Amino acid sequence: MNTAHNTMSDIAKETYQTVGQPLIEDPKMHVRNTNVYYGEKQAIFDVNLDIGKNQVISMIGPSGCGKSTFLRCLNRMNDTIDICRVQGTLMLDDLNIYDKKIDVVELRARVGMVFQKPNPFPKSIYENVAYGARIHGLTDNKVELDELVEQSLKRCGLWKEVKDRLDEPATGLSGGQQQRLCIARAIAVNPEVILMDEPCSALDPIATATVEELIHELSENFTICIVTHSMQQAARVSQRTAYFHLGKLIEVNDTSTVFTNPEHKLTEEYITGRIG
Amino acid sequence: MTDSATNAMNERKQKRVARLAKRHRAESRFKWYGRISIGFGIACVLLLFTDIISKGTGAFTQTYINLEIEFSEDKLKLTPLSSEKEIKAASFGSFFKKTVREQFPDVKGRKEKRALYAMFTSDAPLILRNLVLEDPSIIGSTRTISLIADDDFDTYYKHSYGKGLSSEDEIGRLNDFQKSLVGRFVDAGMVEKRFNTIFFTNADSREPELAGIRGAIMGSLLTLMVTLVLSFPIAVATAIYLEEFAPKNKITDFIEVNINNLAAVPSVIFGLLGLAVFINFFGMPRSVPLVGGFVLTLMTLPTIIISSRAAIKAVPPSIRDAALGMGASKVQTVLHHVLPLAMPGMLTGTIIGMAQALGETAPLLMIGMVAFIVDTPASVTDAATVLPVQIYLWSDSPERAFVEKTSAAIMVLLTFLIFMNSLAVWLRKKLERRW
Amino acid sequence: MSLTTLLIIVLASAATAYMLGRTRSHQVAKPIGGVRNLAALPSYYASLMGLWALIPALFLIALWSMFDGPIIDSLVKASMPETAKNLSSEDFSLVMSQVQSAANGINTGSALGAEYQSAINKLVGLNESSAKWMPILTIMVVVLGGLLGFRLIKAEHNARYAVERVFNATLIICSTIAIFTTFGIVFSVLFESINFFQKVPFTEFLFGTHWSPQIAIRADQTGASGSFGVIPLIVGTLLISFIALLIAVPVGLMSAIYLSEYASPRFRGFAKPALEVLAGVPTVVYGFFAALTVAPAIRNAGDAVRDWGAKNGIEFLAALNVSSESALAAGLVMGVMIIPFVSSLSDDVINAVPQSLRDGSFGLGATQSETIKKVIFPAALPGIVGGILLAASRAIGETMIVVMAAGLAANLTVNPLEAVTTVTVQIVTLLVGDQEFDSAKTLAAFALGLFLFVITLALNVIALRVVKKYREQYD
Repeated sequence: MNTAHNTMSDIAKETYQTVGQPLIEDPKMHVRNTNVYYGEKQAIFDVNLDIGKNQVISMIGPSGCGKSTFLRCLNRMNDTIDICRVQGTLMLDDLNIYDKKIDVVELRARVGMVFQKPNPFPKSIYENVAYGARIHGLTDNKVELDELVEQSLKRCGLWKEVKDRLDEPATGLSGGQQQRLCIARAIAVNPEVILMDEPCSALDPIATATVEELIHELSENFTICIVTHSMQQAARVSQRTAYFHLGKLIEVNDTSTVFTNPEHKLTEEYITGRIG
Repeated sequence: MTDSATNAMNERKQKRVARLAKRHRAESRFKWYGRISIGFGIACVLLLFTDIISKGTGAFTQTYINLEIEFSEDKLKLTPLSSEKEIKAASFGSFFKKTVREQFPDVKGRKEKRALYAMFTSDAPLILRNLVLEDPSIIGSTRTISLIADDDFDTYYKHSYGKGLSSEDEIGRLNDFQKSLVGRFVDAGMVEKRFNTIFFTNADSREPELAGIRGAIMGSLLTLMVTLVLSFPIAVATAIYLEEFAPKNKITDFIEVNINNLAAVPSVIFGLLGLAVFINFFGMPRSVPLVGGFVLTLMTLPTIIISSRAAIKAVPPSIRDAALGMGASKVQTVLHHVLPLAMPGMLTGTIIGMAQALGETAPLLMIGMVAFIVDTPASVTDAATVLPVQIYLWSDSPERAFVEKTSAAIMVLLTFLIFMNSLAVWLRKKLERRW
Repeated sequence: MSLTTLLIIVLASAATAYMLGRTRSHQVAKPIGGVRNLAALPSYYASLMGLWALIPALFLIALWSMFDGPIIDSLVKASMPETAKNLSSEDFSLVMSQVQSAANGINTGSALGAEYQSAINKLVGLNESSAKWMPILTIMVVVLGGLLGFRLIKAEHNARYAVERVFNATLIICSTIAIFTTFGIVFSVLFESINFFQKVPFTEFLFGTHWSPQIAIRADQTGASGSFGVIPLIVGTLLISFIALLIAVPVGLMSAIYLSEYASPRFRGFAKPALEVLAGVPTVVYGFFAALTVAPAIRNAGDAVRDWGAKNGIEFLAALNVSSESALAAGLVMGVMIIPFVSSLSDDVINAVPQSLRDGSFGLGATQSETIKKVIFPAALPGIVGGILLAASRAIGETMIVVMAAGLAANLTVNPLEAVTTVTVQIVTLLVGDQEFDSAKTLAAFALGLFLFVITLALNVIALRVVKKYREQYD
């Protein structure tokens, strides 16, 4: 660790304190003193946050506030960016995510991800959902695999729509269907946490409503972190909401509290539309 | 307003109009330079192709002389029951000469007789012997045998005979007596033009009428096979490494610079490398497709690497994110997703690289693939030549018939190249994915 | 057993090991609740086992083939009589080759004394045991490696790491081949050139104006069979390249400008591929075209002009003499070959000029040609210069056209109607056919190769840098 960066984060530490309730009891994931750098530029400043089990937590904030960067730290997708460095403690249950001995492959099987733009593989619908099971060796034979694919598609409410065309390319589905397929693909691996990076930003309102409903249903069994631009969406789907501003976690609280009674001035300004 | 002011204005206006006209003239002149340039380029293409085709089409027909031959037991001193050894020992040379003389009893004098025999390919006795060897029962019978005409006969008959040309314009090396002989053969209805299968079934020969491109084509195929088997995997591996795995550091940069420079190194230098390293240092044999393939691999690698990298770059990062986000390892992401999607582009690049290798001559001259080889190579360690080198070799031969053969071989080579390039274009169109 | 058979056997065994590994990993998985409880997928265990069977065996084969010869030689040397051991290295290699042919049962007719019999016997014995033991040892290594891989199939052992490491290592090895090729070129050419410069002084090579490697002209010249002054070759190369560029640059550039600025999409769709056909034609075809069509045509034209000149008493025309291997023919055809090269490079460069510059010029009322000449051309000039340098390097390194259409005689002239020779022609001429590797004649080809490599490399590096700088300017 570079001393220069330590001093930088020290300064950052002094300048702010997350308000609300960033820490909770019995979290699924907890994040402590986390700083993220792109080369020399710091993107995340000293974030402390707990993510509750089988809860939906949304991250909101203006563009470039670091919420997506933060999300990608949670399953080390930032590893793909050479210049990105992450400091601090990030735990999934008792597992230190940034432990050198951790195999990111296993981590990502436990912490799945859905991206901003639907990105199905240019293969058949079936293969898209089966892919995770194949690479993680989750099934022993074709019957089990078929069963898993069907279950996953059913849980995403996609089964009825696609059951007759499982062998057709996934790229032929509509945007909303593609995004639900990506979610089905993610849950087929049976992860513990699902990270969603603005999953509805490329969808029309009707498709958005379907996906939101899905997120709501999935929260019974999965811990979900969702980054969103839309405050309405955050209010609709999540139990807790975290507000980021310029790489700093300003406020975390129950969603209703954040939207009705924000503690921090910046949060209030954002929610009332003065920052955006 | 004074008159002078008006005049001045008019003058200016006139000047402007004149200037404008001049500018427009310059504009159209400039356009014409462009048109002429393109016209020149296209004219060169047309000229090149018409020149080659007009020179080469003749080689696809071959003149045959149908000769009635009595395989008499007396003359051959053989019977249908003769053993293979006896047949091989029999003098078919004198038998053939006798047979020909009998059909043209009026040809007297040694020089004239020799001219008569020379109307046929010098392999004629051998052909007769092989016929008898194949089927000894023809001994004692009379058959009409189609014998290949000599190249001079062939050239004269195909290009000049009966065309009413003045003797200066006639092509070939025949003298007047020989020309008159051709006339007599034709009048006797013995001469026939057929599609030239020999050209495709024979390997090289000193006799133009017997020389074919089969050996060269096989040599080219074997060499290309070695090149493909080596260069495709190596190039794809290199491209994957540089695009997906390589850290950004000095060594990677150095590899990149090397690849870009190698792409522009003259091909003859690769020949020197092959000679010094493979033949001189490692003691590999000369003239073999294996070494040719090695040299061409090193030469085509940069081409394939560069296009493979472009193909990998074209795979959108969202696909990689999706796979990595599922918990696929880097290697799995590349093998399951990136590589299949980049494959059409890589294949296109490979075909273009192979086409380049197929047309390459200079480096193969260096490693001895210019030898005169009569046998068709069967394996990558047999001495061989390749199609472009065969073209080079034949283009040096003085016989008019070889000019024809050279052009025909060029036509064959160009056909292969056009096919490969169209395949690449088709592949690109067919499998290109728009993101 | 031949090497090929052995390799096939090794590959087949590795494939079998893969199959076995697959079956085995499923077996391991069954009692513990299926594949999901293995640390890695069955295919990874299988690959691991296959690789263990394959890679050590391949290493063994490679090492054996490499060191087999030298080791046997040194053992044979040990059993030779004392007299042979004291021979000079050249004489010794002669004796050695005689021993070898005797061992192979070839009667060379040379009389090797009976004292060499033990060496011959030793060689025969060693060759036999080498041929016998290599396959046996290899197959043992295959089996041992396979067994080791088999034992690694355990639920808690993650085979993926090892397999992916091998994959990565393979990728790295493949990508270093480009470096090795460059080193190979540099060292082979440099090494032989140094040998050459020990026979012929460097300055004589570089500044000599007479090139005739075939005939000994000066008796006092030691070691060399002729004179090796490279100046006529350079002049010839430059002359032909210059003619080629004189054709290719204006035509290629104007074509590119017309196609990118004026032509309708339909015309472009037809003309561009038509011009690119020129790039796909093999150089040997151009060579044939130059030698058999263009050169005679130029000569005939020259003769016609001379006759006309003689008839009309124009003296300098009457003295016109066109060689049948004129530099003009080779240069002309080479120029045609380079047209698509220049035009596609210029096309890229012109398209990189931002539209805003064009708009600015049109907005002032400039015509299209004025815009091109005054705005686009100056803006694109560095890129175009880079392209021309690349074209020049291509022309200098071009071989077949000049081999077939230019002459062998090293005339020091700049008259395009005379025959000249080039660096590449001489490389080919000196090396085609069997040559002794230590004669100055053969080595001269490598010295020329070094020269050619340095020149083209320099041109390429400069050109690529210029083009890159230019690109960055508009990115």
